[in-house]
Amino acid sequence: MSGYRLLPFRFLRFDDARTLAVNEAGEFLFVAHDDFARFVRRELSPNTDVYLDLKAKHFLFDSDSAVPFELLATKIRTKKSFLGGFTSLHLFVVSLRCEHSCSYCQVSRVSSDRTRYDMSEETARRALDLVFRSPAPLLKIELQGGEPLLNFERVRQIIVDARERAERERRAIEFVVTTNLALLDDAMLAFFREYGVCLSTSLDGPAALHDANRPRPGNDSHARTLDGVRRAREALGPDRVAALMTTTRASLQMPEEIVDEYVRHGFTSIFLRPLSPYGFALRSARANGYTTREFLDFYVRALDRIIAINAAGTRLVESYAQLLLTRMLTPFATGYVDLQSPAGAGIGAVVYNYDGDVYASDEARMLAEMHDRRFLLGNAHRDRYETIFGGATLRTIVESSVAESILGCADCAFLPWCGADPVYHYATTGDLVPHVPTSAFHEKNFFLIRHLLSLLERDTTARDVFWSWLREEAVPLQAEVA
Amino acid sequence: MKLHELARVSGVERTLIGRVTRTPLADARARADAWLLVDDSVLPCDPRDYLGILAIGEPPHVENVPLAHGLRQLAYLDDGDVVAVDPFGNVRALYRRASQHNFILVTEQCNSLCLMCSQPPKAHDDSDRLVEHFRHIDLIDPATAELGITGGEPTLFRDGFLALIARCKERLPSTALHVLTNGRLFYYRRFAEKLGAIAHPDLVLGIPLYSDVDTLHDHIVQARGAFEETVLGLHHLDRYGVRIELRVVLHALTIPRLGRLAEFIARNLPFAAHVAFMGLEMVGLVHQHLDELWIDPADYQRELVDATSIIRNAGMSASVYNHQLCVLAPRLRPLARKSISDWKNVYLPQCNGCSTLGACGGFFQSGTKIRSRAIQALA
Repeated sequence: MSGYRLLPFRFLRFDDARTLAVNEAGEFLFVAHDDFARFVRRELSPNTDVYLDLKAKHFLFDSDSAVPFELLATKIRTKKSFLGGFTSLHLFVVSLRCEHSCSYCQVSRVSSDRTRYDMSEETARRALDLVFRSPAPLLKIELQGGEPLLNFERVRQIIVDARERAERERRAIEFVVTTNLALLDDAMLAFFREYGVCLSTSLDGPAALHDANRPRPGNDSHARTLDGVRRAREALGPDRVAALMTTTRASLQMPEEIVDEYVRHGFTSIFLRPLSPYGFALRSARANGYTTREFLDFYVRALDRIIAINAAGTRLVESYAQLLLTRMLTPFATGYVDLQSPAGAGIGAVVYNYDGDVYASDEARMLAEMHDRRFLLGNAHRDRYETIFGGATLRTIVESSVAESILGCADCAFLPWCGADPVYHYATTGDLVPHVPTSAFHEKNFFLIRHLLSLLERDTTARDVFWSWLREEAVPLQAEVA
Repeated sequence: MKLHELARVSGVERTLIGRVTRTPLADARARADAWLLVDDSVLPCDPRDYLGILAIGEPPHVENVPLAHGLRQLAYLDDGDVVAVDPFGNVRALYRRASQHNFILVTEQCNSLCLMCSQPPKAHDDSDRLVEHFRHIDLIDPATAELGITGGEPTLFRDGFLALIARCKERLPSTALHVLTNGRLFYYRRFAEKLGAIAHPDLVLGIPLYSDVDTLHDHIVQARGAFEETVLGLHHLDRYGVRIELRVVLHALTIPRLGRLAEFIARNLPFAAHVAFMGLEMVGLVHQHLDELWIDPADYQRELVDATSIIRNAGMSASVYNHQLCVLAPRLRPLARKSISDWKNVYLPQCNGCSTLGACGGFFQSGTKIRSRAIQALA
């Protein structure tokens, strides 16, 4: 063949000088606007570096070699391979009760009515039957609430049964308990240790902020959480306890203090999360709420602090940036329920509520608590696996969340790194499919990806820190002493 | 160190391959496989049922026993080493038990003709060597840690190559095999599948990749279509579970896109366990292409730092071969390996007093004339 032809790609005028081009597998290249114009007009000279760059990254082909097609196919297949295992993460709401009364909490109840809000033994057994129907090569069971330790008997039953069953069926299985740690006692720790359970908790920042966000009797949530973290690390190992934070209006002014609090208490990761527009959070939006723009300003300041801390030799990973960077900089697959295409609701993760109702996601469960049962997939007592996971509700969720077919997403340069969230868009607009120009989901992810690209391009310190988050090693390579 | 020497021979009617022994052997079958090594014409025992006698210096008086004598440079031979002696008096050390650098040179033929080839291929059919290789494998000490399989292009013997690997698995199950191949024939999926099916417990294929663009790679190896064959071959090998190491030779044609090549490897060949960045060996065809290939290693340290960082960021290991430590940027020195085989490495007068001499691989014997301006003793 003479000349060259284009392979599929997306692009964005990134700044005054350069166009960002992204191929189907998420590899990207910055090209000067002039060169880019020549490239798409097929006027680029094969003797230029930019031609070779575009060719090597599979934006163009100029011979009948099978290489670009074979490699692109392999890379796209690899990137989408998270879909192959089907539902891996199974969340159990073992109790709706909680002794905290956080203003942003979606659904918990302060109540002593065990029979009404706790998962029963029979419901747990039925839900486990469904878990073990999943073909996923690795099953992850996450026990949450409410506060799951309020129904520890059920936590124990589920873990013991699931472990025994996994051994019998030779399945790989992992357990996480999401807890505020306030009720953690030594017997529980001994049990978690025996079963290799990881703990996930909430730490919103310094004591004043944390305790204001997370009231409980005695107003001692911060102290109890950190005491629990210390004891859990001792009993289970330092890497078995993680924390995430929720950003409230009061957090916005103190990103540095929040980050420093994580470092002070020896955490190696932090997950900077905005409020979700569900459940009680929506009702208290006036007190707690803020605009997406305000959250992003907060995020950028916090991320700057995190980068500086890493550059000084202390590892602290920001989990959301790490997820996006893995997609941008590596060939590997990363499923993340709330940011993948198609969305992970139901096919990546599923929620078994205390009463046996099965929801496509935790957000779907919260929506139901607001009396909208749009994403109820079925009930563990009444419905078969095939009906729950093969039914019209889940099919609609999947069909509505293929970003490649969503107007405004399909031609976005960031598509290979992004995803769709039909539950979020339904909750905020009543439509599973986003209206991209007004979507806060779009605003957030578009901004964050662009911000990370800018840092990668102009800030070598940030770049080295980001790469260190993608390796297992602790410290940026730049900091190595030869 | 010399691996071959011309001796005077008598009674050697075909190539005889055997194990060297300095001490008399009790076992009759072992004697039949052994070259008895003799110093100063003194026979330690009755030599009659040995494979033959190797004499350093003057020959002892024997009759009706194959004899090679007049050896001087091979005087280092010792128990367990394997030698071949042919009717013309060529004595070749095939295997030295004390060395970490043993290899089998499978064939001198090749389907590429790399601009910097250190062992230019020969066109004639040498497939009759296979018989010798099988015997070679059978005589090697099974305690050998590592064995190289090299060429030429060892896969050119196709089924013969597969049979060699299978024989190594059978006779030397605890010996790591390191095969140097251009990987082009694994473009044929079935060939890769057959190699995978042998399931050798400790096999690595070292395969060169010189560019992220086909035209440049094909030019360097002087074979059109080689890039496509090698890259798709790499994917086939991974599919059938064969472990891969990539090898990049550094010279004036590979340096300008070295970072891009590293990115290409990280995105398209992430299954490669290891990437070796190799200094140019100044022997063979390189001299004919010196104008096109030579660049002082002192002038590509920044590119090499970037490329090794990209590889290591991708979670793969990177090493630097064939470089003197004084030439490398300090950050690269921990990645340097003493890669030059013990029989062809030397040091220079300037190296005297260098504090890192023990860790440095030194020079190829052939590479002391054209060298970096950065050579110096390190404090």
